[in-house]
Amino acid sequence: MGVITSFKRNFSDLFKKLFKKQNARIGIYGPPNAGKTTLANRILRDWTGDAMGSVSHIAHETRRARRREGVTINTNGSSITLDIIDTPGLATKIDFHEFMEQGMDETESKRRAKEATEGVIEAVKWLENLDGVILVMDATEDPFTQVNVTVIGNMEARNLPLLIVANKVDLPEASPSTIRDAFPQHPMVSISALEGKNVETFYEELAKRFG
Amino acid sequence: MIAMQGFQMDLVSEHRLSQMSPVEKVRFIIDEVKNGKILVLEKGLSPEEEASLIEMTMTLIEPDGFSGIEMESYPSEVDTSFIGKILKKNALKTRLTVIGPADQLKTLKKDRNMISALISTNK
Repeated sequence: MGVITSFKRNFSDLFKKLFKKQNARIGIYGPPNAGKTTLANRILRDWTGDAMGSVSHIAHETRRARRREGVTINTNGSSITLDIIDTPGLATKIDFHEFMEQGMDETESKRRAKEATEGVIEAVKWLENLDGVILVMDATEDPFTQVNVTVIGNMEARNLPLLIVANKVDLPEASPSTIRDAFPQHPMVSISALEGKNVETFYEELAKRFG
Repeated sequence: MIAMQGFQMDLVSEHRLSQMSPVEKVRFIIDEVKNGKILVLEKGLSPEEEASLIEMTMTLIEPDGFSGIEMESYPSEVDTSFIGKILKKNALKTRLTVIGPADQLKTLKKDRNMISALISTNK
């Protein structure tokens, strides 16, 4: 009897492993200070009542990738469940003097710079383990940054879905049309993650791209 | 005789890079840039190689030493040729790329088809 029960359980586990649909893993990427964690917090607060992490005006506040599994988003009568990964800001250079200019002491600045380099490495490694990317751009900045070009190139090379978010449209100098013109081959949504402006459209596009 | 001061800029042909493996390319670029050279790559790097270059750069950053690289490449173009479609599902055509030490090379302006950069001889 015990053998049959054990066989049934093992078979059931195997069946689940073989046929269980895994949640899509979606990484939130972008340069430092684009508003990635603000957006992650917005998503989690709207759909789980929780938050992902702290935000700061000083770059590289997020220095370790954070994953939240099973975030269910309901929009337009449909529902998708995603694993959301908030990644540290990508950069090609990190100079601790820039943190000192923000008022940090030398020891703290060097520690932050060291952790930031580790965070970038972690973010790059995550690129190989994702099903799609939300690329957050600061709509007040030039969109042709190397980080944006590299992330978009990696998604195109892997043929994975990408959603561009033109963030910070609450600021008067924001120009989301510049981002749309720069990367016309990919869908884009203009939002203010901070104020929640246009997030409904963002969730609809999220479901459309990653559902 | 007046000694000439400045920086060294190497224009690297597509042929030269194509003879290297991805790891060799990244190592070559890092070594040259850490020695203060500015590299102009005729055909650039693949997106995966760019990501590897960023990753390796991060491992080499030191306080009061190497602070990273400035890299500027044009967005890749999808190869829509018949051959491209046959060879790969989503073949990308890489494009010209400029790479240099972050404390010597600064991008002034960039758009889809133009990179404007400032090269400083002062570190």
